[in-house]
Amino acid sequence: MWSRRLGRLRPVGCGVEELRRRRRERERRFLALRKARREQQLVSKRLLRDDAPEGAGEGCVVAILGEAEVQQFLRLAQRGTEEKERERALVSLRRGLQHPETQQTFIRLEGSMRILVGLLTSNQALLQLEAARCLHELSHSEQSVVAEACLPATSYLLTYLSGHSSDFIELCLYTLGNLIVESEAVRRQLLPQGIVPALAACIQSPHVAVLEALGYALSQLLQAKEAPEKIIPSILGSTLPQHMLQLLQPGPKLNPGVAVEFAWCLHYIICSQVNNALLISHGALSTLGLLLLDLAGAVQRTEDAGLELLACPVLRCLSNLLTEAAVETVGGQMQLRDERVMAALFILLQFFLQKQPSLLPEGLWLLNNLTANCPSFCTSLLSLHLIEPLLKLLPVSNVVSIMVLTVLCNVAEKGPAYCQQLWPGPLLPSLLNTLAFSDTEVVGQSLELLHLLFLYQPEAIQAFLQQSGLKALERHQEEAQLQDRVHALCWTALHG
Amino acid sequence: MQLPPALRTRLAGGPGAAEPLPVERDPAAGAAPFRFAARLVRFPREHEFFEDGDVQRHLYLQDVLSQVAEAPERPRVPEFTCQVAGCCQVFDALEDYEHHYHTLHRNVCSFCRRAFPSGHLLDAHILEWHDSLFQLLSERQDMYQCLVEGCTEKFKTSKARKDHLVRLHLYPADFRFDKPQKGRGWHTAAEAPGDHREPSEGEAMEVCSEPAAPSPAPAGGRWTYSHRIPSTICFGQGASRGFKSTKKSSKHH
Repeated sequence: MWSRRLGRLRPVGCGVEELRRRRRERERRFLALRKARREQQLVSKRLLRDDAPEGAGEGCVVAILGEAEVQQFLRLAQRGTEEKERERALVSLRRGLQHPETQQTFIRLEGSMRILVGLLTSNQALLQLEAARCLHELSHSEQSVVAEACLPATSYLLTYLSGHSSDFIELCLYTLGNLIVESEAVRRQLLPQGIVPALAACIQSPHVAVLEALGYALSQLLQAKEAPEKIIPSILGSTLPQHMLQLLQPGPKLNPGVAVEFAWCLHYIICSQVNNALLISHGALSTLGLLLLDLAGAVQRTEDAGLELLACPVLRCLSNLLTEAAVETVGGQMQLRDERVMAALFILLQFFLQKQPSLLPEGLWLLNNLTANCPSFCTSLLSLHLIEPLLKLLPVSNVVSIMVLTVLCNVAEKGPAYCQQLWPGPLLPSLLNTLAFSDTEVVGQSLELLHLLFLYQPEAIQAFLQQSGLKALERHQEEAQLQDRVHALCWTALHG
Repeated sequence: MQLPPALRTRLAGGPGAAEPLPVERDPAAGAAPFRFAARLVRFPREHEFFEDGDVQRHLYLQDVLSQVAEAPERPRVPEFTCQVAGCCQVFDALEDYEHHYHTLHRNVCSFCRRAFPSGHLLDAHILEWHDSLFQLLSERQDMYQCLVEGCTEKFKTSKARKDHLVRLHLYPADFRFDKPQKGRGWHTAAEAPGDHREPSEGEAMEVCSEPAAPSPAPAGGRWTYSHRIPSTICFGQGASRGFKSTKKSSKHH
């Protein structure tokens, strides 16, 4: 069911040592990437390479082409007498362009881009394809000057989006996506050149590969720093949102690779907070809610390879949308007040716990936004017996603990009818455990919960005292951030 | 983390909300020193909360990169020739043929045999080059439509339209799919010969697979050309040689 690419994410046939090595390498990469993300330097690019270099093994080094060679290949491609010869020249150029130095040589050569654009728009289909591949290689450069050298080609890349050759369109889209992310100058040109209407027309393509590529290009456009002011308004004004939501509808036609891209697109739009009410009016909440149910179903059927890639943006979209005032007016809460959403969310939380614990906070974020102002969802949490599973998440990390405790407070603050279902039960022993944590915020949240429990379910106080609760409290009485609350609770416990 | 078995059943069941338990708040709940208040949480774009998920998204994209590099080669098939009359291009892979067909044979003007990358550009071309009514109307009103999809501006002349494309849409001044017509008036295939045949290597798309004898233009619309072409005439690279006119093909900057 998942795309051919996702299916190959897990290494096969590796020894234990190799797996360990890969994991260490991965962790190191992860730390570097998190740093990049923090500094807003995270640039993702996608590169389609159709064939491995002839006779090349794993450690193949791409040969750097000098100026004379680049010139020669260009000349041959442009003026060669035999078609095969011209193609071969372009292929050689394309391979050379895999190397950053060759890219620099190419862009510094006068007239090189003009020749390439000429080949891109020629009547020879295979030359056109190879020229587009050369451009694609250039688009992968990490130097914005190389991306900017490709500016003369963008109007043609956009024109070809309304063609019919799906492989070619796919290539143009990935190239555009890469250029977009690399240079603001490129984006400044693409917008007046009509990239938004071009994408809006192209999204009606029936080809899955084209749609996935389009989603990628759009997601890069939406991440631009100027997107909230300059890009997202025109995207919202086009037919793109409706089409995106359509491509996210669960059902037999849902393609996971495509859905992943557009879910991320939606996330970038929503968290920019430009006009989320519009998305809600297009039914975003119910589409995403149904998709969430679908994902939980996939987990249950263990068709879950790579599922977290789609679950993450869906959770984010739902959580952020729920904060919109429009939700109430449109009756959005009603749309989403479906108990199955709660069930689905917990199935996903269990899945995260096993496969991707770093996504637990994202799931709990949604849980908070579902329960904060909604007695119905709080009731579901109780009636579906989800308190105990929730408590099992406490030991995972401080961030997770705080969020779990916050959700429990959401439930407890609704009054006696709710607290009566929280105690007797496993809650009190868990709270006594968290009071032993060293993190001030975790303890602080536990104190808030205790306060609500004592207030609405005073019978719990006795049990608290019997289980050495006072001692657990007193441990924190010197802590500046906690003392007032500790003293208040001690007083309540003793004078009930 | 054990989930109650009833959860599975509930997920499979129908939509519906739980009947909420009665809510009854005591003001003492929010009294100092306690400060909890249930509230919706919203995270903006760059919030560090998104760090982990964003990094995973990045790794996914990069992983795809390395996997596509290992993708198997496209299957090769025994050589075959393009089936469109008059085209003798040869292929050994289906994807190559698909692209060739869409490039050269799909959006072809039946009057002058020019090929266009999209139906949209072809329609504009037919209207502006081969429609006499268009010519008449354009004397009185703005008829030249902007080529950018989504832009509804119209202009009196094709030059004005080009200026608009360059100034507003930042198109290149030598955009290949907006060539000016040579000579005045409108063309049918009968008037065409010798005029816009500029087949050459690496040139714009407007290469024609042209027979020796032009056929009369149809009443309207386009049909696929079906004249028998003598086997000695071959289009593609060879054609340009066969049709080299005595005057030099115009230099393109």
